[in-house]
Parts: sequence; structure tokens; C-alpha cells
Amino acid sequence: MLDILLSDFFQRALIGGVLIGLTAPLIGIFLVLRRLSMIGDTLSHVTIAGVALGFLIEVYPLAAGLVFAVLASFAIEKLRKAYKSYAELSIAIIMSGGVALASLFFTLGMGYNTDVMSYLFGSIYTLDTTDIYMVGGVTIIVIAVVVMFFKEFFLLSFEEDAASVSGLPVKMMNMIITVLTALVVSTAIKIVGALLVSALLTIPVAISLLLARSFRSSIVLSVIISEIAVIGGLMLAGVFNLAPGATIVLLLISLLIVTLVGKKGFTT
Amino acid sequence: MEPAAQDCHQPIIQIKNVSFHYRDQQVIKDLNFTIKERDFVGMVGSNGAGKTTLLRMIVGLLPAVEGSIELFGQPIRKFQDWERIGYVPQKNSFNPLFPATVREVVMSGLYNRKKMFRRLTRLDHQKCEDALEVMRIQDIADKRIGALSGGQQQRVFLARALINRPDLLILDEPTIGIDAETQAGFFELITHMHAHHHMTFLMVTHDLDMVKDYLGESPVSQNGKIQFYVRHSHEIENCAEVDLQHSLV
Repeated sequence: MLDILLSDFFQRALIGGVLIGLTAPLIGIFLVLRRLSMIGDTLSHVTIAGVALGFLIEVYPLAAGLVFAVLASFAIEKLRKAYKSYAELSIAIIMSGGVALASLFFTLGMGYNTDVMSYLFGSIYTLDTTDIYMVGGVTIIVIAVVVMFFKEFFLLSFEEDAASVSGLPVKMMNMIITVLTALVVSTAIKIVGALLVSALLTIPVAISLLLARSFRSSIVLSVIISEIAVIGGLMLAGVFNLAPGATIVLLLISLLIVTLVGKKGFTT
Repeated sequence: MEPAAQDCHQPIIQIKNVSFHYRDQQVIKDLNFTIKERDFVGMVGSNGAGKTTLLRMIVGLLPAVEGSIELFGQPIRKFQDWERIGYVPQKNSFNPLFPATVREVVMSGLYNRKKMFRRLTRLDHQKCEDALEVMRIQDIADKRIGALSGGQQQRVFLARALINRPDLLILDEPTIGIDAETQAGFFELITHMHAHHHMTFLMVTHDLDMVKDYLGESPVSQNGKIQFYVRHSHEIENCAEVDLQHSLV
């Protein structure tokens, strides 16, 4: 049993997982608080289309997925402007477009179904050194940008009108958050899987909202919760040979239930 | 809007020939209106009268279809001195579940374009403590904003607006959703501030009774369904006092 946990592929998955466990809630908190939780889901579906195209034309799949996700993030912002009063329409349109493209590329390249499965549900076996470098690069970018714009992102999430009246470049900051989401999602899908990646963006934040009093403490808490779920979930996946996306998300949901029950116990 | 007597107060907001319409519906038509330093202006009207639309145009959130708006003598498109404006939003403009403490919210009054890429200094933290003290909310500084009463929340937003010691304070329906007693207390607080501090006030409200006490029985102007009630600066200070204020700045 310990052999798996000590193996090279598991160590790589652990390094990648810990980095994603850090970046996902760091971006997720700004999405959840701006009521844009579904953006992660949309971008992950589009990323899968890019990954499928990558396999088809024999280009590094994660890079193709990342390009698709970034392009989709621009498209979402454009559509959000076009349908101002119906912002969620942009998410529905881009998500269905992503799934349609993905299924088109799947059917064009019937031979790689096994590999695609790992992108849908995650895998601890598929992360190679290039993937680790990519996750590492994205982690550095995300941390640097969030630290640089921390106070501006706070005001944008708390009250967008006040951010505008303070002269902050609201459109540009919205765009930056969406592009960062695209980066995190496209690098996270190899471990957590496209169908489950949005859980890592949202559930740690959902738990921290129940417990934290301040904005800073909710960020710290959501990162801790995310890391517990990622490390625990990867170990369970390694030991019992399960898809890590499933174990990580189910651990997160268990933590959420425990928090809800515990909180109710304290308040009643 | 201009007082009859000669006035030494500088214009803060100048609205010239401004019109606005949503598709076929004309909301504001050919509005000319000047707010001078230390004026207190109440913009009153029912829901849908266009008060919020006009306010959004004044702070540059919405472009005017026709005409021009100047803030502190600068066209709104080129305006950069955002720290000169304090903004108090409607009570329901934020998510009550947002995980932010009172101190974090008050501090956010300093986050403007000029502060981008800059770390907060010890002086900034001191400004925050001062604003908390002025509004007498130091004892709730570490509480979550959503856990406070409506009246306390409005004091927090007022502290946030005052942290930069602004020249212009804009209040957008500040007492909506707050009980009558707290509304009266809040209005007393801002009229006291107007009487004792060198600040200009623009308040949007639908509550006519509340403004009449301080701004007079009759509106000085009307555009469509929006009425403007004004207490002019020259009613509370003379030109000698204004000159003294300018020499201190």
C-alpha cells in the first residue's frame, strides 16, 4: 500500500495537487463572492474541448486546453456585456459550446477515449514533469496577481459600484479574475477532472463562509480546507485505486456536512 | 439653482444640458444644475424617477446621452481625483453574507486608483482608526458587517466614505430598509456634519418628509419626476469663512 504513496507518479500528483489546492480557493473566493461560481464549470468544459483537440492534432493537450479556456474567458466577458441583465446566459452559451466542441473532437478521434477519461474524472497516474512545471508556473502567476491586486479585488467583490466610484479599472479587474480562473481550471483538470474541478473552486470557500469572520481569515481557512481535501483525497485514491477527483470532492462535501451540522449544533 | 446674491463658493458638480433615455423612455431632459461647495442637495423622487440614473451619470458609471458633466471643474471622463468623493451606497447593495469585518470595509474607502500597486501605510491604518472613532464604531470594528443592524451598517459605510476626508459626500438612498427611529438618527448625524464640516452633500432619497426639515418646504428645481431640494452654502457660511477655508487648504 505504501509503495504507491512513495512512487514517483504519486509524488508528482501530490506536488501538483498541493499547488492546485492553494490556487483554486484563492481564485474561487472571488468567484463565489461575486456569484460567479459556475464560471469554473464552464471553463472546465471548454478546456476539455481544447484537450480533445490537442490529442487530435498531437499538440500538448493541457496547453491546447489552456488556450481554449483563456479564449472562452474573453468570450464570457464579452457576452456578459452583451446580455447585461442576464449574465448567466453567457455561462450557459459557452458551456454548451464547449461540450459540443469536445464531443465533436471525441468522435473525430475515437482511439484516445481512455486518456480523455482521465481528464474528465482526474487521475494520479497521468501527471508528468511538464504538467508539474505548468501547474507551478500558474501557481506563481496566481499568487503574484492576487497579492498585487488583493485590496482592489476585495472592493470589487464586496461592492462593484464603490470600486467604480473609486476610479478602479473594474472591467480590467473582472477580466484578470476570469483569465486567472481559466489558468487554474485548465491546469487542475488533470488531477481533479473537468467534471469536478469547480468543486475545488467553490466548496472550500462555501465552508469558510460558514466559519470565518473576516475576509483574510476566510481565504486562509478555504486554503487549509482545500489542502486537507486534496492531500486526503489523493491518498485515498492512491491506496484504493480510485479517481482522485471523486475522492477529493467527496471529502470536501463531507467536510461541508460536518461544518453545517457542527454549526447548527452551536447555534441551536 | 444659482443663489441670487453673489456667491464665492466654487462649483463642485456642473451638469449642463444633460439628457438621458432608455430606448423610447425619456428619463432626464435637458437638465442644467450646479452644486457649489458646501451645498446640501436632496434629490427626491419616486421609484423609476431617474434619481439613480442621474447619480450614476454624475459618478461616471453611466455616460450621458447628451450634454456634459463636470466634477471639481474637470469633465467626468478625465476626472481622476476620486479620493475627493465619499460614497455611501444603498444598504442592500452588498451581500450580507460577505465575510468582511467592519475594519476591512472602512479600510476599503482608501482603495482607489492612486493606491493601486501600493501597500497600505501606518498612516492609512491610522486614518481607518480615526474614521471608526468619529463614527463611534470602534467597539464593533472586528465584527462581521452582515451581523450588524441596518443603522450600524450605515455608520460603517459613512466611516468608509469619510476616511479620505472627502470634499463631496454622495449618499444613495442611505436610509432605505432602516427603521424610522434609526433613519431620524442618521439624518441628524449627516445634517450635523454638514453644519460643522466643510463638505458638500448630494443625497438621493425617496423620503420627502426627511429632507424638508433641513432643506426647506419647496423644491428649488424639478426635472421630470426628480425634485431638487437645496440648502445653499451661503446660508451657513459667508465669504470670509470660505476664504479662510481656502487659505487653510
